[in-house]
Amino acid sequence: MRKYIAFFRLRFSMGLQYRAAALAGIVTQFVWGAMEILMFRAFYQADASAFPMTFQATCAYVWMQQAFLALFMAWMMENEIFDSIVNGNISYELCRPINVYNMWFSRSLANRLSKAVLRSMPILLAAVFLPAPYGLMPPVSLPAFLLFLITLFLGLGVTVAFCMLVYMVSFFTISSTGVRMVAVSVVEFLSGGVIPLPFFPDPVRQVMELLPFASMQNVPLRIYSGDLSGPPMRHAVFLQIFWLFALIALGRCLDVLAMKKITIQGG
Amino acid sequence: MITFTHVCKTYKVSKRDAGFSSAFKALFHKEYEHVTALDDVSFTISDGEMVGYIGPNGAGKSSTIKILSGILTPEKGTCLINGLIPWKNRIEHVKNIGVVFGQRTQLWWDVPVLDSFELLKEIYRIDEHSYRQNLEQLSEMLNLSGLLKTPVRQLSLGQRMRCEIAASLLHNPKILFLDEPTIGLDAVSKLAVRDFILKLNKEKNTTVILTTHDMQDIEALTNRIILIGKGRILLDGSIDDIKEGCDCTEEALAAFYRSHNI
Repeated sequence: MRKYIAFFRLRFSMGLQYRAAALAGIVTQFVWGAMEILMFRAFYQADASAFPMTFQATCAYVWMQQAFLALFMAWMMENEIFDSIVNGNISYELCRPINVYNMWFSRSLANRLSKAVLRSMPILLAAVFLPAPYGLMPPVSLPAFLLFLITLFLGLGVTVAFCMLVYMVSFFTISSTGVRMVAVSVVEFLSGGVIPLPFFPDPVRQVMELLPFASMQNVPLRIYSGDLSGPPMRHAVFLQIFWLFALIALGRCLDVLAMKKITIQGG
Repeated sequence: MITFTHVCKTYKVSKRDAGFSSAFKALFHKEYEHVTALDDVSFTISDGEMVGYIGPNGAGKSSTIKILSGILTPEKGTCLINGLIPWKNRIEHVKNIGVVFGQRTQLWWDVPVLDSFELLKEIYRIDEHSYRQNLEQLSEMLNLSGLLKTPVRQLSLGQRMRCEIAASLLHNPKILFLDEPTIGLDAVSKLAVRDFILKLNKEKNTTVILTTHDMQDIEALTNRIILIGKGRILLDGSIDDIKEGCDCTEEALAAFYRSHNI
């Protein structure tokens, strides 16, 4: 376990050193969030009753999403991992007494957390000071806030476990571009990255909420904004735990298969 | 003790002619060729030996190193290293070996060298005392003291290579595999690395297996060479078996390759 924590530490401290990237990220996310809210405002002004979430809840959803973007966006996968598979640098990692899956898992967690730590605070602060209903409202209650934190980490785990599948598949396909592109767009759409899941028509939404993608950002963001509570919330948290274990199990199977038939590229 | 018996390894390689029309054809029909990298290779290396593993490009040198270090699984044959089969007991096995791939890097690109070393310390569970001791010794022998706090991306190739070698030895491996360790090094660094390997072998009795195209490396370091060509062992003996009285090793080797048509 200690070696994976060491991995986590190194990746985390490495992520913290890219200050300019973080600053650029903060500005982008803030502007993006503002634009999204302006767009939603136009829709809500047309007919607020047609929407499943209140405008304030939607604003909170958007701000939280922008603040914790680094935790949930599938496109923030690590190029270094793909490169090491494609050009064969992976051979060094295989010469170490460690499990590749665990190592990359801890590494991805650290990468996402270090990015989020740098970026979330300024965005959250700025959003708190925006006038209602455009700003970030305080959490509904203390228990809801604690649940938000727990499901935030569960959602992060599910996202990383899903990205691990993409890394593992790259062992078999040599080039990762195709798988990556499909995976990223699917996650973006089905996890509520484009619009929150409650905005989808009922039959579609019911299916979507069972998929692993709904266990990523959907749960914590909606718990924070008070849109998800009671029995549906418990249901969602159980699903998160289920998908976390299921995706990790699947990833480990792929890991075992990949290690058996691996070839190292480039001499 | 390393025993390598009747090992075969083939790769499936996709082939096509250059140009647009053959690229288009390959969309519908891909042609593969099976390339034999290793064809019934056997050898034994005892503890504390230094062996030069040489051969022309594409002879199967790197494949052998990869099998020995547990990364590749051969189709046929067995390999036992200190009682373990590398690809079956990978994690157990790699605790006792150090590997340097001259063309790759194991150090983290954006952080100081020391950070990578500290990570390796955790990965191999090296205790604080022997880590300090090893680090001191290595940085003295390889002259690293000025480099350890520099980010890896700002090191020159030779400086980086010296750090890479140190990184592979932090955990006191019993066996060291060096895959072209002196590639791209200047004269001073080359000599430093050679001296270092000799010392390491003498003082710690580390088994060293070295692949290289630099015949001076071989002459300076090894008594025994294994020469491989087209996946087969052609010679297992000393460098004098190739030279046969001739002064120039390089030419003698080229003549040997030619006479064996490899």
